[in-house]
Amino acid sequence: MLLDSVLLRQATIDAFRKLNPKEQIKNPVMFVVLVGTILTAVSFSTNVIRGNFSAFELQICLWLFFTLMFANFAEALAEGRGKAQAESLKRMRTATIARRLSGDDHEESVNAGLLKTGDRVICESGDIIPGDGEVVEGIASVDESAITGESAPVIRESGGDRSAVTGGTRVISDRIVVRITAEQGRSFLDRMIGLVEGARRQKTPNEIALSLVLSGLTIIFVLAVTTLKLFADYSAREAGQDMSSVVTLPILISLLVCLIPTTIGGLLSAIGISGMDRMIRKNVIATSGRAVEAAGDVDVLLLDKTGTITFGNRMATEFIPVPGVPVQTLAETAQLASLSDETPEGRSIVVLAKERFGLRAETLPPHLARFVPFSAQTRMSGVDVLESAEPVRTLRKGSGDAIRKHIEENGGTWPSEIDPIMDRVSKSGGTPLVVAEEHFVLGVVHLKDVVKGGIKERFAQLRSMGIRTIMVTGDNPLTAASIAAEAGVDDFMAQASPEAKLNRIRQEQANGHLVAMTGDGTNDAPALAQADVGVAMNTGTQAAREAGNMVDLDSNPTKLIEVVETGKQLLMTRGALTTFSVANDVAKYFAIVPAMFSALYATAVSTGPLAQLNIMRLESPQSAILSAVIFNALIIVALIPLALKGIKYRPMGAEAVLRRNLFVYGFGGLVTPFVGIKLIDILVTRLGLIS
Amino acid sequence: MTTNDFLQIGALIAALIVLTPLLGRFCYSILTGRGAKVLRPFRILERLTYKICGIDADVEMGWKQYASALLLFNLGGFVVVYLLQMLQQFLPLNPQNLSAPSWHLAFNSAVSFVTNTNWQAYAGETTLSYLTQMVGLTVQNFVSAATGIAAMAALARGISRKTSGTLGNFWTDMTRSTIHILLPLAVIWTLILVGQGVVQNLEGYQSATTIEGKEQVLPMGLAASQIAIKQLGTNGGGYFNSNSTHPYENPTPISNWFEALAILMLPAALVYTFGLMVGSRKHAWVLYGVMMLMLIVLIGISAYAEFSNNSALGVAHLEGKETRFGIVNSIIWSNFTTVASNGSVNAMHSSLSPIAGGIAMFNIMLGEIIFGGVGAGMYGMILFVLLAVFLAGLMVGRTPEYFGKKIEALEMRWTTIPIILPSALILIGAAIACSTSAGLSSLANRGPHGLSEILYAFTSASGNNGSAFAGLNANTPFYNITLGLCMLLARFGVILPVLIVAGSLANKKSTPMTAGSFSTEGMTFGLILIATILIVGALTFFPVLALGPIIEHLLMLAGTTF
Amino acid sequence: MKTLIIAAKLILVMTAITGVMYPMIMLGAAQTLFPHQANGSLIYFDGRLIGSELIGQEFTDLKYFWPRPSGVGYTSQPSGGTNLGPTSKVLSEQIATRRARLIETHDGEQPPDNLILASGSGLDPHISPAAAFYQVDRVAKARGLDSGQLDLLQQLAERSVEPYNFGFIGQPRVNVLKLNISTDSLFSKRSK
Repeated sequence: MLLDSVLLRQATIDAFRKLNPKEQIKNPVMFVVLVGTILTAVSFSTNVIRGNFSAFELQICLWLFFTLMFANFAEALAEGRGKAQAESLKRMRTATIARRLSGDDHEESVNAGLLKTGDRVICESGDIIPGDGEVVEGIASVDESAITGESAPVIRESGGDRSAVTGGTRVISDRIVVRITAEQGRSFLDRMIGLVEGARRQKTPNEIALSLVLSGLTIIFVLAVTTLKLFADYSAREAGQDMSSVVTLPILISLLVCLIPTTIGGLLSAIGISGMDRMIRKNVIATSGRAVEAAGDVDVLLLDKTGTITFGNRMATEFIPVPGVPVQTLAETAQLASLSDETPEGRSIVVLAKERFGLRAETLPPHLARFVPFSAQTRMSGVDVLESAEPVRTLRKGSGDAIRKHIEENGGTWPSEIDPIMDRVSKSGGTPLVVAEEHFVLGVVHLKDVVKGGIKERFAQLRSMGIRTIMVTGDNPLTAASIAAEAGVDDFMAQASPEAKLNRIRQEQANGHLVAMTGDGTNDAPALAQADVGVAMNTGTQAAREAGNMVDLDSNPTKLIEVVETGKQLLMTRGALTTFSVANDVAKYFAIVPAMFSALYATAVSTGPLAQLNIMRLESPQSAILSAVIFNALIIVALIPLALKGIKYRPMGAEAVLRRNLFVYGFGGLVTPFVGIKLIDILVTRLGLIS
Repeated sequence: MTTNDFLQIGALIAALIVLTPLLGRFCYSILTGRGAKVLRPFRILERLTYKICGIDADVEMGWKQYASALLLFNLGGFVVVYLLQMLQQFLPLNPQNLSAPSWHLAFNSAVSFVTNTNWQAYAGETTLSYLTQMVGLTVQNFVSAATGIAAMAALARGISRKTSGTLGNFWTDMTRSTIHILLPLAVIWTLILVGQGVVQNLEGYQSATTIEGKEQVLPMGLAASQIAIKQLGTNGGGYFNSNSTHPYENPTPISNWFEALAILMLPAALVYTFGLMVGSRKHAWVLYGVMMLMLIVLIGISAYAEFSNNSALGVAHLEGKETRFGIVNSIIWSNFTTVASNGSVNAMHSSLSPIAGGIAMFNIMLGEIIFGGVGAGMYGMILFVLLAVFLAGLMVGRTPEYFGKKIEALEMRWTTIPIILPSALILIGAAIACSTSAGLSSLANRGPHGLSEILYAFTSASGNNGSAFAGLNANTPFYNITLGLCMLLARFGVILPVLIVAGSLANKKSTPMTAGSFSTEGMTFGLILIATILIVGALTFFPVLALGPIIEHLLMLAGTTF
Repeated sequence: MKTLIIAAKLILVMTAITGVMYPMIMLGAAQTLFPHQANGSLIYFDGRLIGSELIGQEFTDLKYFWPRPSGVGYTSQPSGGTNLGPTSKVLSEQIATRRARLIETHDGEQPPDNLILASGSGLDPHISPAAAFYQVDRVAKARGLDSGQLDLLQQLAERSVEPYNFGFIGQPRVNVLKLNISTDSLFSKRSK
């Protein structure tokens, strides 16, 4: 997945294309390498013309060139992976013919490219939806697999939160009228293509800050190496030696290239691009790299209860009869009343009765029972058992108020024992469902929101990462509190309106927090826009998708957590590789400086005193310098997979993460080049690359 | 080394640590304007100053206002010192009838004192009149230190204030630092020093006929009052040419002990003050620990080098040292002064062992952030802290934060520039000097030591330190001008970015600390900070140090002389 | 502009406080509390100024204890060290010359290092106790002292040693000028 031959070939070609100085100057670190390579080449050629062919200079020159190429290759590879994805998206954009409705509902065929915002188009089964828009009429199933990769079709209907359609997707059944909301070239698809292609990729704030530091380091090392030539000249004069064969331009450039942070400089843009790419792999489209980065900073998550924390449906967990009624009777009645109830709640009652009391649910033939569906008026559902088309038993279940009304209308009395039972259920966060037969109350079914397994551990992890979770629900405070406690969220908002959500986000932000949330409805739009990271569900409305800075194609609210992790991973990769790159310098100094000056103040009987600093015992000055340059080039290649995959992310507290990364990349960065350069030196000498 | 040597180092460091919280809290109370316990006369002086100058102490300044006040005040100081020198023969209190120095020497000296460098290309006793020393230099000894304190206070406010555009008031910071912090301490130290034998009079130079019948001129003047502030304000400009080796500046081991204490006392205390101002004493102690650890290691290396014999000359390293101080007090001093921006010497740095002299240079190259100059060391250290925070912050996967303030592109730009600027000045200046005859003709030593002389000069100027490998004849147009420019750029090229960063941070809101933000209060951070300082601050100089002190050390071991 | 005016005024006020008031008050205090020290710890003999306790003097006569070499010949105008580096050939030659002279005048004995190395100020009033004891025999010989007087001189040298301050600060040392004055008065053979 990470690499395939097509990608590799394309990346190699692109790596050459990127040698263009206009491209290179965008990256000051690599630009210095480019200039250095050219200077070395010039120096080498001049020497050849003068009749001094130096194999050493040629090798230096080549390896400097490789350094450049490896960095370009890394970037090209990262871009290539995005491009491949963009290609498949582009295929959907092939000119479609739209069936536009004119003012008098007359239908005309126009090119999709000519559609304007506000135009209405008809799409019937088999049609490609010509542009982003909102369903204003009808309902249809739509195949969105081209953008989501999800093969199951989704339902799009007018009104409500499932009205948005994306250009390029295909209607499978039925007929809808779509009002176009985005012009050609600015549609969701276009933006997505632009993003994955990296065409509109701008440097993110952190990347800019890091580039500044890297440029600063580069400037100071350019100065250090340039002035070193003059200091060396002074020393040579004082020693009465001719050092011009040792302190040559190629060697100075070698030192420079080794010292400037080429490792991170070469991989920086690849890291950024692949960060976006990783989001895409998780089926999340971020509108900008900035959003991905912000995700790493988020420390408050606003999570919708339904779907994220709970399964979204209440389930029966207990039968509580009123005194005098056997629990078995209650279960039996409740089951019977729910047999034809296809809602998840109804089904859960049937299942619970079966599990607890082994009651086999028999399907009642239609002539024996009449199903009474839930209605907004009665707020009850149930079954009338029939005998020769006459009801003999009326079984009902419903909310306390509804059943009470039902019973009292039928001449029954509301038993006082039922109230404490209902209270108890409510207090524990559940919903009491009262079951009645005729005008007698049998008891209560405890319906409960069931929290997803493992979610509590997940939140604990988030907490250790310093992220606070806030559950948002329309439930009453009592219910909300109990679910919040069960799920282990840090806080909750009960009876939350969209305005309340928006206010909460503002308030958290005022306290310096960065907030992430998910949303799908049009009324979520302001909150999505206000949040630092707003992940809109792809199933949501167009307004929501426009307001957020990310779109989750899977429409999975739990994704928010992964989004945050990916953001953190991106920053960590950058930080770790910078640390690694800078720590590398120590070893490179110890390779090159002694090599350059080992002859200084040498006497007839001994080498110069600075040869003592050659603590790696490298074979010869030339092999030392060449080894350092080779190491410097190869380390870029070696780290490409890390740059593309990102460093391993572990949900731990900052201190632990820091200590770990510091050890691996800081200490590792200090030690690795000592080992690497020594090994390369042995190899270079064995292979006789240095005469 | 003997037990006594360890004891002498230990006693000074212990005294330093004990004084830190006391003095630190005092400075905090002064800088926050709550210093109620200040003596009455000083309070009156403060109010009088405001009244005369028309200063409204309650006005808050944004970074631009603060910076322009600071710059104008320093510019004014420069003009005064320059004119005093040029006109000294027409002014009173010039019993030796000293005439005006050359314009470039006057420029160099004026810049030097205004920038808290106190590099001296002149010999005090033969160049400057009493009036110039007193009204020009002593004043700058106070206010250049107070400028450092002010800039540090502004930075601390920038860090601790939330979504506020202001950094305090430069006039009150300047006035309070001078009158309540520096002045009382200077009074105490003057009396201690006079008691030990530092001169404080207005007599003309005394002419003595020695026992063997030779003429000896004994220089006089208002030395004690200037030396007290020279040490307290990490200035270091000697009253006499040989600075704190001179028996009239530093007559006894006791005076030496108090002067050494004075050198690091305020810089160390201000670390604590900074901690109080930003609301984390723990963070301050981490920084303090980093500084102290590095200081002790550096003294240790110097001591090791100095207590070994000079195998090239076959003697102990006693050249350029005073008998009453001995090796141990000389290296305590050479390290105390160079980690701070104090240019005074009680032994000639040029004659130190190559490693000890190299360490002195290295200390300055690091940016004088191990305690550092009064105020200047602290804000210099914060630049490295920001850099370390940035690297570490990325490594934990968040936009880096310092006290909840996001460290972004603007902060990094204005952190990187002042970190690399002094290094750039050192390298460029020294490279020019060692490839031109104007630079080379001033050398007093040959071989690697010659390079060290040049390197030290530019390091000292660009680090606003002021000490020297004094063999170098620095009183030439070339050195006066180039070193003067280095001092100027390095001082204000750092202060300005610091104020910009302070202003930007002050404007930001603060993100509360969570488990996801890493702490700047622990060992891990201390470790990162040390690594950042060493790798970013010091590695740049490895090649040139290899050609200077390091190779000289190795050659010395091999018995080579030049 | 307003800032400029305040800046100018503040410079003047600061100058008045720290440049005039402070040194002048300190002058008064110093002259009142420590007049001897504040005026240079001067030594008079017969009303004639012969030097300062704190400033070293050059002694070349064989009958005096010699101080350390000086980069400025103890002239004090200006003061200073040699600034010769640790690998200086010049310094190496100076050391050889000084060492030879001392060995020659001290019965072939090797001198302590501080006697052949110049101080930082060029005005170091002290030598190490060892350096003082090293010279006792030579001084005695030059003054023609008998063995009893030699013991007295040795005792004088030992008494002249200033120990560590507070038992551990600084270095034990001998003030050459004071020792020579005591030597002269002990053997009442003042040079003219």
